[in-house]
This record gives sequence, C-alpha cells and structure tokens, in this order.
Amino acid sequence: MIHHKNILAAILTSLMLASGALAQGTTPPAATQPSAPAASASSPSADNAKQAAAPAAQPAAMEVPEIQPQSWSFGGIFGRYDQNQLRRGFQVFKEVCSNCHAAHLLSFRNLSEPGGPEYSQAQVKALAATYTINDPDAPGGKRPGLPSDSFPSPFATDQDARDANGGLVPPDWSVLAKARSISRPFPWWILDFFTAYQEGGPDYLHALLTGYRDNPPAGFTLPDGKFYNDYFPSHAIGMPPPLSDGSVQYQKAADGSTVPLTVDQYSRDVSAFMMWLAEPKLDQRKETGFRVIAFLLLFAVILWLVKRRIWSNVAGH
Amino acid sequence: MAEHQGSYTPSSPLGKWVDERLPIIRFTKEQLWDYPTPKNLNYWWTFGAILTAMLAIQIVTGIVLAMHYVPEASMAFDSVELIRRDVAGGRMLQAIHATGASMFFVAIYIHLFRGLYYGSYKAPREILWMLGVLLLLLTMAAAFFGYVLPWGQMSYWAATVITNIFAAIPVVGDPLLQLLRGGFAVDNPTLNRFFSLHYLTPFIIAAVVVLHIWALHVPGNNNPVGVDVKSSRDTVSFHPYFTMKDLFATIVFFIPFAWLVFFAPDLLGHPDNYIPANPLVTPPEIVPEWYFLPFYAILRSIDFSILFINSKLLGVIFFGGSILILFFVPWLDRSKVRSGTFRPLFKPFFWLFVLNFIMLTYLGAQPAQGIYVVLSKVGVAYYFAYFLIILPLLSRFEVPRPLPASISESVLTPARS
Repeated sequence: MIHHKNILAAILTSLMLASGALAQGTTPPAATQPSAPAASASSPSADNAKQAAAPAAQPAAMEVPEIQPQSWSFGGIFGRYDQNQLRRGFQVFKEVCSNCHAAHLLSFRNLSEPGGPEYSQAQVKALAATYTINDPDAPGGKRPGLPSDSFPSPFATDQDARDANGGLVPPDWSVLAKARSISRPFPWWILDFFTAYQEGGPDYLHALLTGYRDNPPAGFTLPDGKFYNDYFPSHAIGMPPPLSDGSVQYQKAADGSTVPLTVDQYSRDVSAFMMWLAEPKLDQRKETGFRVIAFLLLFAVILWLVKRRIWSNVAGH
Repeated sequence: MAEHQGSYTPSSPLGKWVDERLPIIRFTKEQLWDYPTPKNLNYWWTFGAILTAMLAIQIVTGIVLAMHYVPEASMAFDSVELIRRDVAGGRMLQAIHATGASMFFVAIYIHLFRGLYYGSYKAPREILWMLGVLLLLLTMAAAFFGYVLPWGQMSYWAATVITNIFAAIPVVGDPLLQLLRGGFAVDNPTLNRFFSLHYLTPFIIAAVVVLHIWALHVPGNNNPVGVDVKSSRDTVSFHPYFTMKDLFATIVFFIPFAWLVFFAPDLLGHPDNYIPANPLVTPPEIVPEWYFLPFYAILRSIDFSILFINSKLLGVIFFGGSILILFFVPWLDRSKVRSGTFRPLFKPFFWLFVLNFIMLTYLGAQPAQGIYVVLSKVGVAYYFAYFLIILPLLSRFEVPRPLPASISESVLTPARS
C-alpha cells in the first residue's frame, strides 16, 4: 500500500517529514509493477527478504498507467451501497462471471440481508431452488438449493478449474475486491485516513474490466492464450474480455430508471457488487461509526469540563 | 510505599477484619487513590493510562475472537471472514482488535519517546525503564503472532521471513528455526503454536505491566521539569486529578481509533492479506505492518559483511541491537539533568532522532534499491550514533540551563524552553 519508486518523491517526502510542510504536488507517482508471482516451493532466506520489496525490472514502455479513483455510491464516510447497482452487479455475476469464478463465502441468504441487494426472502428462496446442490446426505446425492446454501462453485475441484482455464484457477470472489488495490503513495494514504478512502479494490477492478485492448502495443509479445490488458500488472491476462456492450439485459429499476448497457456500466456495477461481497456490512459499520464518534466527542467534552473544574483549585492551573 | 503514610482507616468491623488479613482495600486506596503525583504532568504523561486501556481492549476483544477463530491452516482465513460476516458484532470486534494493534503501537511509541525526551530512564527509574523496554519486546511478539493468525499471504510470508531471521544465529539457528515453525516450513503446526503464544503473551504483558507500575510507584513519577518532588505542595492525589485527566485523554485517543475501526478499517492493512496463504506463490513485495517498518529498514540496510560476520547475521545483530540498546540508555546518558527542556544541545539531537525514526519507518516500506538503500544506511548510522556517541558526549560537554528550585516554582513561573 505504501509503495512507490520515484526517487525524487522519496527525497521530497522525507524533506516534507522534516519540515512538516505541505506537499507540493510535483511528483506524479509511478505505478508499481509487481512481478508475476514466482512459483517457489522453497522458503526465502532473510537475504531474499531484503530483496523481496524490489519490483522486477520491466521495460518503461510497459508501465501500467495510473488508475484514477472513480466515484462510488459507497465512497467516503457518508457513502452507502446503491441497492439497484448491487442487483445489476449480481446479475452480471450470475449470468457471466460465475461461470468461471466461485464466491464460496456468499450464501443465498446474504442476498436478502440489509445493506445488500435486498431481494425479498421469497425471491431468494426461488433463486436458490433453481440451483442443484451436491449433498451427500440427500437421496441421490443432489437436491435443490436453499437460502442457507453457499453459492455453488462452477468447478468441483481446483484441478477441474485449472484444466478448464489454461492452468490457473480463476480467483474466488469472496474477498477479492479487498485483495486488490491501486497505488496510494506516501502523502495520499495520510489523506486517505481523513477521507476514509477504501475503494482501491473497485477502482482497480473497474480499470481492469475496461482495460482490454484488441491488439497489444507494438513490441509487446503476447503469449498464446493470453489477452492484453492495460492495467493487469504483467499486461498478459488469462481472462478473456468477459463483457461486451449489450451482453447483459438489465430490467428497469422500480422507479423506471435505466442505465446504459455498456462495458463501462457493467464494470461499475459488478465492481460495486464485488465490494459488497467483500464488505457486506459496510452500511451498518458506517452508521455505527457515526453514533460511536458522536458519543466519544460528547463524552470527551463532558470529561474536559469535569477535569477543568477539578483542576481549578490547583495552584498554577 | 514511598514517603507517604497510609491514610486508610477501616470504617466497619468487617473492613478492619479484612484489612488485618488481606489489606487489599488499603493497597488500592494508597496506590490508586492517594498516590501523590507531580501536579505538572502534561498530556504526554497520559499515554501510560491509554496503553493500559488498549491492553484491556485487546485482551477482551481477543478472548471473544478466540471463541470463533479456527487455528487450522485450511480454515483460519475463512473463519476470520465468517467472524466479520456471521458473528453478532463480529465485524466490529475484528476491526477493533486488528486496528487496535496499530493504535497500541502509536501509544507505545509516544510513551517511549516521551521517556527519552524527559529522561524518565534516569536514576532512580532504571528498572522502570527496562521493564518498559521488555514490554515493548513482548508487545512486538504478540503483534507478530497475531498478524499471522488470519493466514493471508502477508501473514504467511511475514511468518516465513521473520522466523528466518533466527536461522542467522550461529549454531542454534537452525534447530531454533524448526522449533519456531514446528517443522521445516511455515505450516499448520506454526499456526497452532503462534495461536497458543498469541493467547499467552498478553497475560505475560499484563504481569509485566504490574511490575512496571510497581517500579513507578516506588520512586514516583518523573515530570516535565525533571526535578524531584520536594514537598506535598508539588503533588496532587492520583484521584480525582489524574484519573479524570487520563480518562479524558483516553477518550480523545479513542476518537481517531474509532474513525479507523468504522471508516477506514483496511487503511493500515495490506491488500495481499485478503489472499489466502499460498506457500507456492511469493507476493511481489513482503512488507511488515507499519509499526515494524523502522526495524525492518534497519535489518535490510545491512547488506555488507564485517570480518567473519556475514551480512545476514550482521543484519540480525543490528536489528536486535536496535531494541536491546534501549536497555542501556540509563547508563549511556550520564547527564544529571533529566528533562530535555533544560538541555539546549540535547534537544536538536533528540528531534533529529524522532525524524530519523519516521524516515526509517518510511524507508522500511520502500524497495531496497537506489537512494533508499543509502538513506537507510544514514538512518541506521544516526540511530546507533544517537545512543552510543551523542548521548555519552552530550552528558560530558553540555551546559544545561538552570533548573527551577521545585515543581511548584516551575508551575507558577513556567520555564521557557
């Protein structure tokens, strides 16, 4: 999270620390380029640990462009999930993404819980029943799904998933939105404390889903079976472009409003859904937060008055 | 204990009966109620109480989390997620415990630097100080064991890298490494023993805190002017004066803490720790939690050998030495004046030391290359020079400013610094 490799910025920021002065935004941070995860069964030594933070060298032409934070309904301290958006995102997940990606921590019942897509319990029951669940205790080993069941995974085993996807398991979605982020170099993450910026995951996912290019730039050799993506760390991503304009048909919202059927819109919706999947209690936590902070502020003021009164008879105070 | 007479007179026959057998009420009255405290303590002195509160919070939330957590390699990651999703209040408990560790270290570092500035380690408080350094070490161990438990990628690889540090110790290194891990690599046995140790260390910490407070109550508090208490005019009773001041400060401290818990719970974490542990995939960068970064920077900066000591062992010596050196501060700084306020030369060196510590924190998160390596070495050099060269020399050559005759005098005519 706290990483960038701009030397000038390092000197500037350490000077900043020394002087306590405000940053003059002169150093656009270079996006970091994590190397492709290296398969290694051996554990690194302490010497390796010293090297571990060094990103692998890559040609400058392949720099990952900086990802700009997007506007999200759930961003900032007042942000809440948009129920319609979560429903649209769930539709994209159900119709497109769940063909390859599992989300084993998602249960059907979660879809009717407060702060989520909030389908009715009857809708969730009906939806669950359309899935067949493998259950060794059921007659014949199979039964229709119940709201308490986990969302079924598309592949029976990890090996099946590998076989069907060019040797790699499509990552599970349960907390994926929090396992990805965008680079927030030094001065920013201090500001992030005050703005409560926690949307690096959806920002990255939206950029990734809209970052496919039909043809890689000149000089880039794309391995067989890979696709070129501007924002994927190595640019060569195994996932084919999953979305195209018009590929998912949304229903009108309850108030009759519609959204464009574009890749950009689908990406926003599904990224928002993934954020909910990773942080299903976001609305409640912010609500509680306001109450807790209001209480603490009030309590602090009262205690300060009490303390001042008590100390008023001490000489010199 | 020291200087003041007991003021407790049992008011009932039962109270008298208990007092003659176990004078616990007398003890409480004398040590937590009447305890004479210098009246000039500033808000930097409230962090002792804040730390006690943080320890209590970590223990209480931790005990409840342990009721739901599963210390088994294939289930640990999901069990933490299920606590956040399905346990009543679990999301809050988990966030309080995880961000509480960070706030704990914020308070520890402030408490530590306060001691360094006001010379709280000087006679007769050397043992008090050394117990504090021991508490720092124990808290670091507890935080490290705890960070491994969610069993994400950073948990796993932090456990791998940190246990590897012990392998650098000659002769006993390898057996020690295997003992720590419970095998040849970090795996389920490591997770099990770290869980057990994570549950154990806070209670050891609590016991050492009792010794720390005992050692405080024998000589009494140091204070911002650093002159001894001369008469009862210099002190007020602990209750209600400092109970209320400490409580106020603690509640104020809880405001940024609550902000993190409810509005930015993942700000200080690494996204990779939301990826389940995978021994076959090394993360692109392994970064410890922010509170270990200065020491991690010290470890990494040693990339050279001296004589027969290779760089790996030397790095570990500097890493361990950076904390162990704190034990010797009372004997490295021989200046008779405690408070930095009255030491004109000490002050700039001290603040440079604070900035240097912040710089090392920053560098610990940067890749070990280019200018960062050079800056890290400068930082390490100053860190050790401060203790080994600057403090001993200052105590010989510095001419301190005149001290106030007493605490009361300094309160009535505030010293200008």
